Amino acid sequence: MDILRDIFGALSVPDFYFAMFRTATPVLFATLGAMVSSRSGTSNIALEGTMLISAFVGVVVSAFTQSAWVGFLGAVLAGFIISNILAYFVLKLKSNAVISGIAINTLASGGTIFVLYLITGEKGASTSLHSLKLPSIDIPVIQDIPIIGQILSGHHVLTYVALILVFAVWYMFKYTRLGMHIRAVGESAEAAESVGISVLRVKYIALIISGVLTAMGGAFLSMGYVGLFSANMTAGRGYIALATQAIAAGNAVIGMFASLIFGFCSSLANYLQSSGIPLQFIQLMPYIIIVIVYTCYCAAVERNKLKRQMQAHGKKGEEQTK
Amino acid sequence: MNKKFTAVRLVCAFAIAILLTVVIIFSVSNEPGTAIYNLFLGPLQSKRHFFDVFASSVPLIFTGLALSLVFKSGNFSMIADASLYTGGVLAAAIAIMLPLPMFIHPVVIFIVAIIVGGVIGSIPAILKVKFKANELVTSLMLNYVFFYLGIYTVNSFFVDREAGTFASLKYAPTATLGKVLDGTKLHWGFFIAIAVVILLYILVYKTKFGYEIRISGSNPEFAKYSGINTSRVIILTQVIAGAVAGLGGAVEQLGMYERFNWQDSPTYAWDGVIIAILAGNNPKFVPLAAFFLAYIRVGADLMSRRADVQNELVSIVQAVLILFITAERFMAGWKQRQEAKQALKGEA
Amino acid sequence: MEQDFILEARGITKVYPGGVVANHNVDLQIKKGEIHALVGENGAGKSTLMKMLFGMIAPTKGEIFVDGKQVHFSSSKDAIAAGLGMVHQHFMQVPSMTVAENLILGSETGTRMKVDRKKAVEITKQLSENYNLKVDAEEKVQDISLAMRQKLEILKALYRGAHILIMDEPTAVLTPQETEELFEQLKLLRDKGHTIIFISHKLNEVKALCSRMTILRDGKTMGTYDIKDLDENEISRLMVGRNVSLDIEKEEADFGKTVFSVKDLVYVDRFGKTKVDNVSFSIKEGQILGVAGIDGNGQSELIELIVGVLKQQSGTISINGTDISNAPVLKRQELGISHVSEDRLRYGTAPKLSLEDNVISKIYYTDKLKTKGLLDKKKITAYTKRILEEFIVKYDNTKQSISELSGGNVQKVVVGREYDYMPDLLIMNQPTRGIDVGAIEFIRKKIVEMRRNHKAVLLVSADLSEILSLSDTIVVMHEGRVVGYIDDVKKTSEKELGLYMLGVKEDTKEQIGGAYCE
Repeated sequence: MDILRDIFGALSVPDFYFAMFRTATPVLFATLGAMVSSRSGTSNIALEGTMLISAFVGVVVSAFTQSAWVGFLGAVLAGFIISNILAYFVLKLKSNAVISGIAINTLASGGTIFVLYLITGEKGASTSLHSLKLPSIDIPVIQDIPIIGQILSGHHVLTYVALILVFAVWYMFKYTRLGMHIRAVGESAEAAESVGISVLRVKYIALIISGVLTAMGGAFLSMGYVGLFSANMTAGRGYIALATQAIAAGNAVIGMFASLIFGFCSSLANYLQSSGIPLQFIQLMPYIIIVIVYTCYCAAVERNKLKRQMQAHGKKGEEQTK
Repeated sequence: MNKKFTAVRLVCAFAIAILLTVVIIFSVSNEPGTAIYNLFLGPLQSKRHFFDVFASSVPLIFTGLALSLVFKSGNFSMIADASLYTGGVLAAAIAIMLPLPMFIHPVVIFIVAIIVGGVIGSIPAILKVKFKANELVTSLMLNYVFFYLGIYTVNSFFVDREAGTFASLKYAPTATLGKVLDGTKLHWGFFIAIAVVILLYILVYKTKFGYEIRISGSNPEFAKYSGINTSRVIILTQVIAGAVAGLGGAVEQLGMYERFNWQDSPTYAWDGVIIAILAGNNPKFVPLAAFFLAYIRVGADLMSRRADVQNELVSIVQAVLILFITAERFMAGWKQRQEAKQALKGEA
Repeated sequence: MEQDFILEARGITKVYPGGVVANHNVDLQIKKGEIHALVGENGAGKSTLMKMLFGMIAPTKGEIFVDGKQVHFSSSKDAIAAGLGMVHQHFMQVPSMTVAENLILGSETGTRMKVDRKKAVEITKQLSENYNLKVDAEEKVQDISLAMRQKLEILKALYRGAHILIMDEPTAVLTPQETEELFEQLKLLRDKGHTIIFISHKLNEVKALCSRMTILRDGKTMGTYDIKDLDENEISRLMVGRNVSLDIEKEEADFGKTVFSVKDLVYVDRFGKTKVDNVSFSIKEGQILGVAGIDGNGQSELIELIVGVLKQQSGTISINGTDISNAPVLKRQELGISHVSEDRLRYGTAPKLSLEDNVISKIYYTDKLKTKGLLDKKKITAYTKRILEEFIVKYDNTKQSISELSGGNVQKVVVGREYDYMPDLLIMNQPTRGIDVGAIEFIRKKIVEMRRNHKAVLLVSADLSEILSLSDTIVVMHEGRVVGYIDDVKKTSEKELGLYMLGVKEDTKEQIGGAYCE
């Protein structure tokens, strides 16, 4: 009962919802990234590694240039380069996308620590680096509205960027030429090729967009609230994005809600840390809930398919009895 | 032709990886000679280090086998990670909390680790067969779930609060595996690993079920038309893979440690990916691939201790190797030229 | 040159990797504003020729001219720019997009940042009206009929400015009414000044629509003729060259007891389409039952139901008196069913695996290949060698992957595997599709041998000459139903079968009932 009270307690504070948006942000970036590549027909398993490397590069570049925005650009550039490497292997050299992704993740996990040690002499975190954070911003008007202002205003600038990108990605798929080509290539490469669309080029571009979007998520992790890089700080967010992306089924807006599920769980986990629930249960909660939601989603899709067939046969039966 | 091509490609991939390693070492190290010497030849310097390679290869053999099996069946589950970690935790639990006589103690532990590892392995497979949930996605999430469950178990039941860092109480001596050679880390678990290699080789290449795995993995449609129950194959292979990984976790704990201190999940399952790829998913070659990786690992450890280059360098090498070995079109131009030459020779 | 051709190909030769000569010195001359037929049997090289004209593959030798100017297409894009359009047999469309979106894909209306959908719909409606090709512009492609998809495909070409249209067997997926409608529309296009190349192997269609025809056989041109100058027998002679059916030696029929039967089989797919509609027939020992029909009229599904990878909604299947309606695939095999599938690389083999692995798929679980409970390498190799040698497969060693063999050799491996199982019922689904003549003859002989061994054979083929030369009795399928039953193959002709296949002719219930006996 205490636990229930704690949960309801958490749910009634605006700060809880603020934290939900905050924790959802990196996953949201990666979800959008996963979505763009997945719609072009390549599953990008390297999200986790891309995010990690970008987080690292962001911190290092900002520390050396003493400019947060240059650091951010560095992070994005890192995402660009990593996705280029991935695209080259997967699309040009025809490597298995999943295994190449795993390779990039291995590289990221060890490589960041390797370079971190070279720079700082430490393997755990970049505490000795004086890196910068990107700012948080208040939204005029909205910040003055009670409760809503507390939830929606004052977020990190990248949180807003992510929300804008949700719209941008949605718009891209719905209205732009490139979006249409990505969808066509992912769904029916032959058809796209037959009308003169270069399948390889479109897939390449999609993977690079995917890498750049994911890189922003990485930048948020290390240059958002924390302001430092720590080893393997992505903690599976790139993998979670694979699940949220699947739930979104190509729709950026649903992708946002799916990411918010993760944000909700993480936020709740933070609030429950002082309750009686063992810490580990709180830590594993976001993961298990994503698995459950994802599985339920898959099950629902399957059931719908079966239902359609059953209905069709039912109709057929009626016709016959007529 | 194809075999020769594969071999040449493999050699080239290794050459690129080695070259890259040397370049990195030269660019970051003040004592590149020492670093390179220790990385490549360090393990051969003493009997102790050489046998350390064998000891380090043990968990890699287990995960390499697990991943080979999963890949062979055409699936991409990474659940071996959870199975291995949980296997280790259970090994610790029984080794600490359940007093049993010599011999029987490890055997009981192994049986439990195998069963639980298998059960965990089955989860993504069942979710796939039942609900069409992608096994890679679910297994990656579940790995975190089981990792935290493991930490919770250790923390609440047999943590050593005096230890300073995260560690369990000490294992009962009845449970631990003895060393094969005194003064080295090589323990009897190595032979368990080899036994599992033989068993899995027989399973994959000599039995009806192994044939079903191979056909399902290569072309599931053909498998269906041949009367193979592909759902059963998907689940059973992942159960076996999970069981092997679970056993691996237990063997590693009882062979190498006297208390449980895996504060982070070890990367053995991910290492299993490259081992499986190097071995061409054939259990027969898994020990060789595992030995190679372990050798580099031990060499890298020596390098980081004796020179100024960190052992994380290995993961860079590992990634480069995976990328080039799986690149189907890597050196395809070379192959085509060779084929053309061959064809023209026939004409002349 | 006294005659100006809008499209001309001279001396076109295409050698595929592996040395298969698909086209040899082919000449093709198309006049402006005509509907020109390109006819030939399956595998005569029609598709290869068209792919080269459309820039999808490059010719090994030869020249192509459009409007008298030589062209070199490096991709379809170039061909489209030169005014060519192609309606592929498999529609090149994105199912989740609307008709209008598919129409403009690749040459979008509006700007880079905003595709103008309204305009796309307008254009679609406009084009649709101009050419009398009715489509629902705002409907998703996945929800429209095959006939409408085909119209969309034509509109796509017209939208891109095509004045030469290549139609690759467009009627294969159409009902007779739809075919008739299509012909009217094509004539309209011709009257508006478009040129059409119509690929077909159906003579009646060619006669109804085209003015001139070019005949291809074994990759060579057999000449170009005015349609009215040739009668069907001559065309047939030019197309086929020799009568394959004459080469098959077949003894008099000697049927035994009924081996296999299906009764009232119904299958509805998940889109609600009835694919197999109340099908009943039986096959006796020593009988070859041919199933004729245009591709996609339920034959594939019928076979999948019999093999057991699909599940019927109602009806029964039985072999040797045992009801196997609900039996799993393996059980059916054990009870005596063997099956050569229509797509050997997708369903019939694991292309990346070795010859050994592919050959033993039928008996891997039996004791034949085992020693002390384990699979025995030596036995496997010996067994594989025996099959490969019996079926005259060209191979290097039994460990090489099956994908290294030619199509004909792969098919011989598959047939060998299923044949050696000595089933009571051998199902042959398109057994000679896309393979060389030598392999075709060999496989046909094996089918007859099966009959000689007093086994039942179910032969599905889109190749009517194959059906006629091998079968004892024939059922014809149209839209999932059996519309015709021929109890003696000597009493029928390709022409008559064609009428059934088109749904023009249909037997009475009683006649069709003759296909089934207890």
